[in-house]
Amino acid sequence: MPFISNTAGQQQQMLKAMDLSMEDLFSDIPQDVRCPALDLPEGLSEQQVRAKLAAIAEKDSVDLTCFLGGGFYDHFIPAAVYAILSRSEFYTAYTPYQPEVSQGTLQAIYEYQSQICRLTEMEVSNASLYDGGTALYEAMMMALRITGRNTILIDDSVNPIYRVMLHSYTRNLHIDLEQTRCTDGLVDLGQIRKRLNDRTAAVIVQNPNFFGCIDDFSDIAEMAHAKGALLIVSCYPISLGIVKTPGAMGADIATGEGQSMGLPMSFGGPYLGFMASRKEYVRKMPGRIVGQTTDRLGRRAFVLTLQAREQHIRRDKATSNICSNEALCALAAHAYLTLLGKKGLQETAQLCADKASYAYKRLCAIPGVKPHFKAMWFFNEFVMDLPRDSADVIAQLIEKGFAAGFPLSRYYQGMDRSILICVTEKRTKHEIGMLAEALESVL
Amino acid sequence: MKLVFEKSQPDRRALRIAPSDVPTSVNIHKRLLRDRPAELAELSELDVIRHFTELSRRNFGVDTNFYPLGSCTMKYSPKVAERIAGYPGFAHLHPLLPQLRMGGMLTQGALQILYETDLLLREITGMGGFTMQPMAGAHGELTGMMIMAAYHRDKGQKKTIVLAPDSAHGTNPASAAIVGYKVVSVPTNAKGSIDVDALKALLSPEVAGVMMTCPNTLGRFEPQIRQVCDLVHRVDGLAYYDGANLNAIVGKARPGDFGFDIVHVNLHKTFATPHGGGGPGAGPVGVRENLMEYLPISIVVKRDDGTYALEYNRPKSIGYIAPFYGNFAVIIRAYVYILMLGHEGLTRVAENAVLNANYIRVKLKKYYEPAFAGICKHECVFSPTKEMLDNGVHAIDIAKALIDRGFHPPTVYFPTIVKEAMMIEPTETESKETLDAFIEAMIEIAELAKTNPAAIKDTPMTTPVSRPDETAAARNLDIACIP
Repeated sequence: MPFISNTAGQQQQMLKAMDLSMEDLFSDIPQDVRCPALDLPEGLSEQQVRAKLAAIAEKDSVDLTCFLGGGFYDHFIPAAVYAILSRSEFYTAYTPYQPEVSQGTLQAIYEYQSQICRLTEMEVSNASLYDGGTALYEAMMMALRITGRNTILIDDSVNPIYRVMLHSYTRNLHIDLEQTRCTDGLVDLGQIRKRLNDRTAAVIVQNPNFFGCIDDFSDIAEMAHAKGALLIVSCYPISLGIVKTPGAMGADIATGEGQSMGLPMSFGGPYLGFMASRKEYVRKMPGRIVGQTTDRLGRRAFVLTLQAREQHIRRDKATSNICSNEALCALAAHAYLTLLGKKGLQETAQLCADKASYAYKRLCAIPGVKPHFKAMWFFNEFVMDLPRDSADVIAQLIEKGFAAGFPLSRYYQGMDRSILICVTEKRTKHEIGMLAEALESVL
Repeated sequence: MKLVFEKSQPDRRALRIAPSDVPTSVNIHKRLLRDRPAELAELSELDVIRHFTELSRRNFGVDTNFYPLGSCTMKYSPKVAERIAGYPGFAHLHPLLPQLRMGGMLTQGALQILYETDLLLREITGMGGFTMQPMAGAHGELTGMMIMAAYHRDKGQKKTIVLAPDSAHGTNPASAAIVGYKVVSVPTNAKGSIDVDALKALLSPEVAGVMMTCPNTLGRFEPQIRQVCDLVHRVDGLAYYDGANLNAIVGKARPGDFGFDIVHVNLHKTFATPHGGGGPGAGPVGVRENLMEYLPISIVVKRDDGTYALEYNRPKSIGYIAPFYGNFAVIIRAYVYILMLGHEGLTRVAENAVLNANYIRVKLKKYYEPAFAGICKHECVFSPTKEMLDNGVHAIDIAKALIDRGFHPPTVYFPTIVKEAMMIEPTETESKETLDAFIEAMIEIAELAKTNPAAIKDTPMTTPVSRPDETAAARNLDIACIP
């Protein structure tokens, strides 16, 4: 039998040594809850399973030229990231409960936490959470705990997928999730000022926001702090190669989806939720945290720390129910950032912005195509209005080999003709030109 | 070992970034830009590879050492599953594609895997249908509690309490509490099972449900599991099955047949996907037919023409608990594993997991204090003997001594209801030779604990660090290296 090491002979030897039969070993399961043989297929050989799965994978079209983003991005992944992830000392280990045999994982997480702090200019980071959406949910819960208040202001320019997740998670709790409406692609300061009060636990915004627009939330941080509320910023890590950081804006908690840092899109997961905050809130943070210490001989050592926040100690009083983190995904992000380095990340971010800017001009030159927002700065995504329903146009462009963008009508009323287009550093001038031609031909 | 930042040299580069091929260079307003680049390390590619390779060598993994970490099911993860998860048809698939008109037809392969994994898990657990979205076991519990709350709300029932045994994983009470429930603990009896009389006394109309792990965290099959489900149903409560220990009974018994309404399974445990150093895992949640309308959005359905589609119109659903369809690349690996084992293989999994655990139990019961008498399922729980404790040798010391003998320690100090617990879960993938070597090491340590306890207190000696100061770590908090 595959993956079972004991031979039939050894199984007999072991049973004999115990003076038990296999039936005896299961005699504690009452007969009335035993199940008959499972109605599953016969097992497959490796050769068979590879052929079967290769045929299934063939049914997925991954040859479309990708201008689709929406928070999940087709970035270049260096080969060395895969080489590092394929070290099975990393991927076949578990949560580093025993520090002596887990220094590799522990130091890697400590370094990852440092990378996230450097990237976001925040003071502390945890060891990661499941994804950008659950990270934002955890940040919201953390703000509620810190302030003891129960109202959250969230702008509608925050990824709509995350907003529906927050609504789902809070349905059984007494939390008011109030939505503010952005104006011309940017958070409306007037609305925030008007709605902030002494019940507000936090203001949640995103940078670049779902429409790709970038902003400086320093004003909002000041307004929130003046009312005793926190500022939570969800951000796109690659943009932080050039864009102003949550730390510099005065954010209290920064979260985001880390998929763009060395993780393939993999149809939605596994991804990486990162979370960083001000140091004063570290004891209210959810998730694993690794700290540096020394061992009994004074050597540098790394351990899981502040575990008194966590479910295995605090049970129903824990800061979160999360048990694991996404350690391997955090390792990928750490390896990715290390390989790009200080200049590489900056160059990659600039390249994204340059290519998107070029695509924006090229596409807006097509008759009938107009920018949706009047004046704004964007990073590598932007919104254009087409002369007709964007979902139809996108469907036609699929036929021509493009995942041309995202139809915003899916989440926003009155945006039937709007399309969200993303350009990463992987897209070439040639591909942008081909998209422009294809779009022109279908309009 | 140096931190990656301490190896940095100004202007050293690993990667050459592709040159720009577009004529424009955009000047975003300075107000919106960061004022200095992020202080990332500057290394060559060789530096980076050496750094991470050196780190990896400071880890024990299943591929390098026996890893009997109780409750974690550290079995071998087949390499072919890694290979298949990396197929471009899976790895390069954008998750928003199905939301584009016609886009669902471009992801038929991925949807087929989600659909078929659901069917396989239904058969294995006896449940009506699954959501593949939960991204870990604890996330599955949270999803399950949200389904429980949605069900009671829909029925107009005011329920405020969730019961869980005192032997439960900490995630159980934490997950119920986060959904707004008050958690009440049910004691364990002398035989290591839930105290059914105590449970009866705690049942009331306010009870929303009970969370059970079976076999429980003591490695015991709950003999009255069916009765527990029935009792909870009598107060209109739901029974939740924590699938953490499913490996012990897969192919032998099914939680759906016990009477459970909601279950989660840990794909990274029973279905062999690698643990990743602490994630990513996956914790799909299955429910009985009457709860299927509450499952998260979306669900994969098969149309009459044989194609697959995502169903978003689910008015009673708890909503969105993940951005998309779960940890898809983890689900692929579990799918591959189930296909390779087939019905017979899965049954052999449970048999050998239980055989291996009992073999260790029987061989060690003369040397250590068993948590209870009689057969166990996939794991066995011991404590140091009184003599060892009198000599100052604790569970943690035995754990550290095992490290020097080349073994990852068992889980220690859990379950908390057993004093000085050592929870040993060998899994079915280990051979008798490995178990014998482990048993021999445990016996040697037991002897040493009597004759020369100091030799144990000094372990481990063979690792890069030994007994780090955890108190100092929390007191002098250093959790990031920032310039």
